[in-house]
Amino acid sequence: MNEIIMQCNALCKNYSGKQALKNLNLSIKRGRIIGLLGPNGSGKTTLIKIANALLTPSSGQILINDKNPGIESKRNVAYLSDCVCLPDWMKVGELVEFFASYYDNFVTQKAYEMINNLNIDTNVRLKTLSKGNKEKVQLILVMSRDADLYLLDEPMGGVDPATRDYILNTIISNYRENSSVVISTHLIADVENILDEVIFINNGEIVLQDMVDNIREKQGKSVDMLFREVFRC
Amino acid sequence: MQWEFNSDRAIYAQIIEQMKLFIVSGTLKPGDKVASVRELASEAGVNPNTMQKALSELERSGLLFSNRTSGRFITEDESMIQNIKNELAKENIENFLKNMEKIGFDKKQTAELILNFEKRG
Repeated sequence: MNEIIMQCNALCKNYSGKQALKNLNLSIKRGRIIGLLGPNGSGKTTLIKIANALLTPSSGQILINDKNPGIESKRNVAYLSDCVCLPDWMKVGELVEFFASYYDNFVTQKAYEMINNLNIDTNVRLKTLSKGNKEKVQLILVMSRDADLYLLDEPMGGVDPATRDYILNTIISNYRENSSVVISTHLIADVENILDEVIFINNGEIVLQDMVDNIREKQGKSVDMLFREVFRC
Repeated sequence: MQWEFNSDRAIYAQIIEQMKLFIVSGTLKPGDKVASVRELASEAGVNPNTMQKALSELERSGLLFSNRTSGRFITEDESMIQNIKNELAKENIENFLKNMEKIGFDKKQTAELILNFEKRG
């Protein structure tokens, strides 16, 4: 098993003249929970979408398990999009079966257990759920896969603090030693206790990549404080 | 168990301190089994790797010992726990004295204040 699960080499992405990612070099190791942190428009979502083969690089390379993103890599990458992209007319139970039919590493029993623990009725349609419950169901579907890499784009956008705790706990308790979780977010203070490592990205470039405990020991301040300093407007 | 973390120091170091507090305060008793890394991480809201690192450190210092088949336990060596207690007491007194000095009381004056405080009950 390769220790590095995702590798970017001189990765560039341009949108009609605007450079969203500039010559990005990055490697992500197995067995870590990593925060991908940066202000709006810094390239977080672009990077995650390229890793999921939803966008193609303008130049450079991204490798997942030594392969270009595609059908094979999607098998091992579980992706939580930053918007609700599931068919919302489907019932929760139907969505579970839908995921189970799509991914051979989907653990159906695990999904049902988590949904039952939340007392969400599997016979209701996704669109009738509250925003918080929609987010929870989506995360459960993603985390119920036995993947190598979990790419979570803004998993806690616009939900209340109790739901945030639930989401973080779901991530901790489903994370396995040989997989990695990448969480893109602005809510740094909320996630920093569960992160091994952080990557700061700004204007399509990596500004910093370090272990959270290193940052705290060396700088004597939290990642949240450091972020506010680095990205002061 | 109630966990609290401040934001400017390494989390594993804070876990170690709090585990020590749980042990000297009797929340965790000598010979007690410690919950699994995953359970503790989830309870404290921290990364399982960080919890693992902290528990390994506590194991190295002898406060925890592990039994390969049945998990981790709190040391049964009461003198070791007493040592930790003394250490913590010393730290607290040092901090207290430092703070008293900041507001203008030297050690002797502070000691007097404490004695008088005790008498008044």
